[in-house]
Amino acid sequence: MRIGIPKEIHLNESRVSCTPDEVKKLGLLGHSVLIEHNAGQGAGFLDRDFESAGATIVDSGPDLWDQAEIICKVRAPEFSEFHNKHEAEWLAADKTLISFIWPAQNAELMRQMSESRATVLAMDSVPRISRAQKMDALSSMANVAGYRSVIEAGQHFGRFFTGQITAAGKVPPAKVMIIGAGVAGLAAIGAAVSLGAIVRAFDTRPEVKEQIESMSAEFLELDFKEDGSGTGGYAKVMSEEFIKAEMALFAEQAKEVDIIITTALIPGKPAPKLITREMVQSMKHGSVIVDLAAEQGGNCELTQPDQVVSESGVKIIGYTDHPSRMAAQSSQLYAANIRHLMSDLSPEKDGSINVNMEDEAIRGATVINRGDITWPPPAPKLSAKPATKPQSTNAKHTPEKESVLADRGWTTLAGIAIGVLAILGVGSVAPVSFMNHFIVFVLACFVGWQVIWSVSPALHTPLMSVTNAISGIIVIGALLQIGSPSSLGTILALLAVILASINIAGGFLVTHRMLKMFQK
Amino acid sequence: MSIGIVTAAYIVASIFFILSLGGLSKQETARRGNLYGISGMVLAIFATLLGDHVTGYNMIVIGMAIGVVVGGILAIRVQMTSMPELVAILHSFVGLAAVLVGFSTYLDTTAVFTSTEKVIHDIEIYLGVLIGAVTFTGSVIAFGKLKGLLGSRALLLPARHWLNLTILVVCIYLGYEFVQSGEISVGMKPLLIMTVLAFIFGIHMVMAIGGADMPVVISMLNSYSGWAAAATGFMLSNDLLIVTGALVGSSGAILSYIMCKAMNRSFISVIMGGFGTKTSSSSTGSEDIQGEVISITAADTTELLNNINSMVIVPGYGMAVAHAQHPVSEMAKRLQANGIDVKFAIHPVAGRMPGHMNVLLAEAKVPYDIVLEMDEINDDLPEVDVVMVIGANDIVNPSAIESPDSPIAGMPVLEVWKAKQVIVLKRSMASGYAGVENPLFFKENTRMLFGDAKASIDQVVGSL
Repeated sequence: MRIGIPKEIHLNESRVSCTPDEVKKLGLLGHSVLIEHNAGQGAGFLDRDFESAGATIVDSGPDLWDQAEIICKVRAPEFSEFHNKHEAEWLAADKTLISFIWPAQNAELMRQMSESRATVLAMDSVPRISRAQKMDALSSMANVAGYRSVIEAGQHFGRFFTGQITAAGKVPPAKVMIIGAGVAGLAAIGAAVSLGAIVRAFDTRPEVKEQIESMSAEFLELDFKEDGSGTGGYAKVMSEEFIKAEMALFAEQAKEVDIIITTALIPGKPAPKLITREMVQSMKHGSVIVDLAAEQGGNCELTQPDQVVSESGVKIIGYTDHPSRMAAQSSQLYAANIRHLMSDLSPEKDGSINVNMEDEAIRGATVINRGDITWPPPAPKLSAKPATKPQSTNAKHTPEKESVLADRGWTTLAGIAIGVLAILGVGSVAPVSFMNHFIVFVLACFVGWQVIWSVSPALHTPLMSVTNAISGIIVIGALLQIGSPSSLGTILALLAVILASINIAGGFLVTHRMLKMFQK
Repeated sequence: MSIGIVTAAYIVASIFFILSLGGLSKQETARRGNLYGISGMVLAIFATLLGDHVTGYNMIVIGMAIGVVVGGILAIRVQMTSMPELVAILHSFVGLAAVLVGFSTYLDTTAVFTSTEKVIHDIEIYLGVLIGAVTFTGSVIAFGKLKGLLGSRALLLPARHWLNLTILVVCIYLGYEFVQSGEISVGMKPLLIMTVLAFIFGIHMVMAIGGADMPVVISMLNSYSGWAAAATGFMLSNDLLIVTGALVGSSGAILSYIMCKAMNRSFISVIMGGFGTKTSSSSTGSEDIQGEVISITAADTTELLNNINSMVIVPGYGMAVAHAQHPVSEMAKRLQANGIDVKFAIHPVAGRMPGHMNVLLAEAKVPYDIVLEMDEINDDLPEVDVVMVIGANDIVNPSAIESPDSPIAGMPVLEVWKAKQVIVLKRSMASGYAGVENPLFFKENTRMLFGDAKASIDQVVGSL
C-alpha cells in the first residue's frame, strides 16, 4: 500500500509522522511511502534523507492525499487556510487515516469523516493494554512533554540544578516538586534527577510510590488514606478532605521548592486547580512553574495557555506544545508508534492491510470502519494496579473463556444438585442419631473450606504440621476405648494413644519451631 | 463430669481449632494460631479424661508420656530440609491410630445398637479402618521416598488401574460380608482381609507417584488423615472428632487442589500415577538439541553480581537437597548491603511439600517480606537484572508457555527467561522430573553454573 505523510498544517506544529529510518522499516512490511515536500523540515528531516531511504516526494498536500491509500498524520484533520479546504474533504472513500483524532472532543469531524466512507484509526484511542504499549503514542508524547518541561524550567530558572562546591563558594541544588507521576511526571522526575536536582513527587495513586522511589525521587505522602487509582492507570477525582490535605501539603512545599512541574489530569474533566495564587506568591523569587495541564485549563490558577506569565517574580509556563518543541525526538517516537501499528495491521508483510476488528488493540484504535463510527469501543480489560493485573488476555480467547466459564457454571450447579440429592438420600435411610453427626460433619467441612483458603501460601508447611497435630485428636477415640472389656481392644487403644500423642506433641512443637523462624 | 460440660468443652475446643487454622492466614498471627491449637487440644483431652467413660488412667498416662517424649524428640531433632518426611510419618501415625481405634471399637461390646444403627455403625468402622489403612501405608511409602530409602521414580506396574479396581470391588464385597456378619468372630475375617488389601492399595498408590508430585501426595495424605479422624468420630459418635477431622480433611483437600493447579494437572492424573507414562518414551527421544549451553564460573558470577541493581532468587528442591539455604541467605544479605534489591520468588510446587521453600528460607533468616509468590513477581521479572535459579527446573521451563505440545504445557511457571540475565545453578544437564528438556538452559541470556549448589554459593559469597 502507498502510505502518505502530509506536512502538518497546524500553526507551529513541527512534528512529522514518519522518519527516514521508519520509511525503510515500512518498506520491509511491503509498503511504499510518499512524503509531502518539506514535511519533515520542522523536525530536521530533509527531503533528500527521505528520498535516499526510498520514499517518493510529492509536491503538494492535495496530490499526496489523492495518491496515498493510507494517510499518517500527527494532528487531527483541520481546515487549511492555504487551500481554503478542510483536510477531511480530501479523505476519499476506502482510504485509511491514522492520526490523533480525539473523537470525544471532535464529534463534528467524526461525522464528516464517516460520510466519506473511509477508515480512521485514532492514535489516542489505542487501548492501554500491555501488548499495545509499543503503539501508545500518548505515552510517547507524554514522555517527551515531561522531559521537555524540565528543560523549559531550566531555561527560565537562573541557577544550576545540581549542587556544587566550587572554589568561589557553595551552590545549593535546586528543589523540584512534581505533581502527578504518570508517564509525563516520571519522565520529568528522570530528567530533573539526572540534572542533579533534589526531586519530590506527589501522586494520588499509592501504587506509584515504588516507581517514584525507583527513580531516586522522594514520594510525598499525605497522612491520609484514600486510593486515587481510576481505570486504565489514570487518576480519579478525590474526596474533599483529601484535596484539602493535599493543598496544605502543596502550600507547605511551595515555600521550599524552586521548581514545580504539574501534570495532574483526570480523563474527561478540566484539570484540577492545585496551585493557588497564594502559593505562587509564597514561592521564592526566580522560581518556575511548568504547567503541563495548561491545555485542559491548567493545574495552576494563574496559568495562561501557550504563554509564559510572571507573578511576584515566579514564572509560570503554560506551553501546550511541548512535544512539538522537541520535534525530532517526538517525531521519531511517534513514527515508531505508527510503524508498530502498521506492522500489526499488516501481519502478512505483503503490503496489504487488514483492519482486524477481533484484535483488541486494533479494535480500540479504529474509530471509523468504512464509514461506520465504531467509537467508543467496548470496554477493554484494563490493568491498573500491579496487584490485580490480569494475565494479558487475547481478544480471540475471550469468548471461549466465557463459554468455559458458563460450562463451569452448569457443572457447579449439577454438582450442587447431586450433592443435595446425595444428602437427601442419606437422610431418607439413616437414623436421626447419625444425621445429627452428619450435620456437624458437613458444616465443619464448609468452615474448614472457608478458613483454609485465607491461609498464606508461605505458611502451607506450618499449616500441614499444625493439622498433623490437630488430627492427633483421634487420641480421644483411643482414650474412650482404653477401658474396654476386651483386653486386645485395650492394647490396641493403648498403641493408638501412643501414636496420637506423638502426633500432638511433635506436630505442635515443630510448628512452633517453624513459626518462630518467620521474621521480617 | 457431666456429659453437658464435656460437650461444652468440646465445642470450645472446636472453636479453638478453627481459630488455630484461621490464625495461619498471616505470619503475624500464626504463632497465636498454634497456641490456640494447643489450648484446644489440652482442653479436649482433659475434658475426655474427666468424663465418665474413661478408665485405666495408669495406662493412659504412660502411653501419653511415651508419645509426648517421642514426638518432642522428633520435632526438636528434625532438620528443616526434612520437614516433608516428618509430616509424612506423622500422617502415617494418624492413619494407624485410626485403624487401631477402629479394631478396638469393633471388639468393644459394651455399646448395643438397634438394627439400622448397627448397620451404620459397622459401615463407619469399616470406612474408618479402610481410610486409616490407606493413609498409613501410603504415608509410610511417601516417607520412604522422601527419605531416599525408596527410589523417587514412579513405579508403574502393568495393569495397575485394573489392580486398583479389583481391590476396590473386593473391598466393597468384603464390606457387605462384614455388615451382614452378626458376630465379632465372623466379622473379623472380612475386616482383616480388607485391612491388608487397603495396606496394599496405599503402598501401590504412592509407589506409582513420582518425586515432584510429592506436594500433591503429601497434601492428599493430609486430607486422608483428616477423613480418617472424622470417620472415627462417626464410629464413636463424637462430634469433636468429626469437626476436627473435617477441618483437617478439607485443609488437605484445598492444598491438593492448589498444588494440582500450580502444575496444571488434574488431581486424577496425579493420583493415577507418574508423569512420563506417555511422554518419556516419545518426547525425550525426538527432542533435538536446541542450542549451546554457556557455562559460567563462580568467580565470573561474583563479578556479574557486583554490577547489578536488582536480583531475584528462585529456589527449588535442589537447594533443599544441597542444604544451601544458609549460604543463599548470606549471599542475599551481602548483596543487599551492596545496595542491590534482592527478592525471592517461590513457585507453589517448589520443593516436596506446600510451602517447603518458605520454611527453609525462614530458617535461614530471610525476612519474609522479600519472599514473594509467583503471581506477585512474574510481572516484574522483565525489569530484573539477574535471576538466579537454584536447583529448580520444571517450574522455570519456558516450554510450558511457548510450546503447546510440551507435556507441561499450560503449567504456570516463573518467567525467569524474561529477565536480563539468568544464572542457573545445576549439578548436571539431566532433565527435570517431568522428563522435559528445558529450553531455558539454551537461551542466549542464560549462564549455567554447574556444581553442587552449596559449594557454588559458598564460593560466590566468599568473594563478594
